[in-house]
Amino acid sequence: MNRLTLWFHKLGSPEYFYRFSGRLIPWLAVACAIVLGWGLYRGLFVAPPDYQQGDSYRIIFIHVPSAWMSLFIYVAMCVSGVVGIVWRIKVAEIVAMASAPIGAAFTAITLVTGALWGRPMWGSYWVWDARLTSELVLLFIYIGVIGLYQAIEDRRSAARAASILALVGLVNIPIIHFSVEWWATLHQGSTVNLMGENAIHPSMLWPLLAMALATKLFYAFNVLQRARVMLLDQESSKRWAQRAIGVEMPGSTV
Amino acid sequence: MSLPRAVLALLARDLRLALRRRSEMLAPVLFLLMVATLFPLGLGPDRDLLVTIAPGVIWVISLLACLLSLNLLFYADLEDGTLDQLIISRWPLPVLALAKVGAHWLVSGLPVVLVAPVVAVAYGLSAETISIIALSLLLGTPILSSIGAIGVSLSVGLRRGGMFLSLLVLPLYVPVIIFATAAVTASLEGFSPAASLYLLAAMLVLAVTTAPFAIAAGLRISVS
Repeated sequence: MNRLTLWFHKLGSPEYFYRFSGRLIPWLAVACAIVLGWGLYRGLFVAPPDYQQGDSYRIIFIHVPSAWMSLFIYVAMCVSGVVGIVWRIKVAEIVAMASAPIGAAFTAITLVTGALWGRPMWGSYWVWDARLTSELVLLFIYIGVIGLYQAIEDRRSAARAASILALVGLVNIPIIHFSVEWWATLHQGSTVNLMGENAIHPSMLWPLLAMALATKLFYAFNVLQRARVMLLDQESSKRWAQRAIGVEMPGSTV
Repeated sequence: MSLPRAVLALLARDLRLALRRRSEMLAPVLFLLMVATLFPLGLGPDRDLLVTIAPGVIWVISLLACLLSLNLLFYADLEDGTLDQLIISRWPLPVLALAKVGAHWLVSGLPVVLVAPVVAVAYGLSAETISIIALSLLLGTPILSSIGAIGVSLSVGLRRGGMFLSLLVLPLYVPVIIFATAAVTASLEGFSPAASLYLLAAMLVLAVTTAPFAIAAGLRISVS
C-alpha cells in the first residue's frame, strides 16, 4: 500500500483523525484570520467604490464567497456522505453531518446579504427570481438534513439517512449554479470566471479571491473542530476518547 | 414466483387494501375539491383573477393532497411487519419499492389527475389550458409520489415522522411545481408549453429510475 492510501486509511480511525485534526486546526485558524483580515481590509477600505453602485457593492466581498461556500459545502457534505454510506466509515459520516450547519449558515448569510443589497439596488428585499428561490430551497434542504440527523436516535443510522437525503437534494446544486444562465433573471450572471475574461478590476478581484480562500479555511477548521466534538461525544465509552479529555472511566472499552 | 409476478402481487395487494379503506382513498380528491372551493370564496368570483391563479392553485392543492396521502405509504407496513418481509425477501428491494410507489400513485395521484380538469372548468379555463393542466399533472404527480416515498422511507421509523415529512419533502417538490405551472402559464399566454412539459417528462424519467434506489436505502436504514 502506498503512503497516501495508508494515510487515508488511517484517517478513517477516529483516534488518528482526532489527533491529526487537533494538530491541523491551529494552523488553519491562524491562516484563516490572516487571509480574512487582509481580504476584509482590502475589500472594505482600499478597493475603490463602484462608479454606479457606490459603496453598497462592497457586500460582494461577503455575499459572493458565502454563496460559493453554500454550494461547495453541500457538495463536500455529499462526497463525505457517499464515502460514509459506501464504506461505512464513521469519520466520513461525522464530517458530512458536521458540514451541514456550516453550510446552512453560509446559505443564510448569502440570502441576508443579498436581501440587504437588493433593497437599494433592485428596490426590494426579495424577488422571486430563479437564483434566489433555488438558494432558499437549498437552505430548506440543509435544514431538512440537520433535522433528520437530529430526529433519529441512533447516531450512525441518522448520519446515513441524512446523507441519503442530502444526495437526493444534490439535484438542486446545478439548478442554482446555472439558474442565471438558463433563465433570464434579475440576478446578474457571474462576474468572476476561473477560465477566460474576468469582468472585474484587479483591485476588487484580489480581495474577493482572498475572501473566497478565507471562507474555505474557515470551513476547514470549523468542520474539523465540530467533527472532533461529535467524535468525542459518540466515542465517549472508548478509552482513547476518555484519555483525550483526561478522564478515564473504569470498565471502558478499547 | 418470478419477479414480474411478485411485483404484480404486491401491486394487487396494495390496491386491494386501498379499496377496502375507501375513505382514505377518497381523501386526496375531496381535499382538492374542498380547498379549490375555498379560493373563489376567499378571493371573490372575479373571472379574470380566477383564470390567472387557477394553474398555481390547482397545482399547490394537488401537491398538498399528495403530501397528505403519503401516510398511506410504508407506515402500516412497518407496523404489521410487511416491511421486514419485503426487505428480507429474495426480490430486489428497489423494484418492490417501485411497485409500492406505483400503487400509491394509482390510489392517490391518478384520482387527482382525473378530478383536476373538473376544478379547472369551474375556474373558467379554456379546453386547451385544461388539457395542459391534466398533462402536467399526469407527468408531475408520479414524481411527487416518488420523492414523497423517499421522504417517508427516511422518516418512517420516527415517532413524530408525519410532522417532519413536509420539511424533508417540500423543498424537493419545488422544481416540479415550477415547471408544471410554467407549462400551464405558457399555454394561458399563448406560448407553446412543450419545453416545460419535456423537462417535466425528463424529471419523471429521472425520478422513476433513481428514486427506488434511494427509497430502498432509506427503508433499510429505517428498519435496521
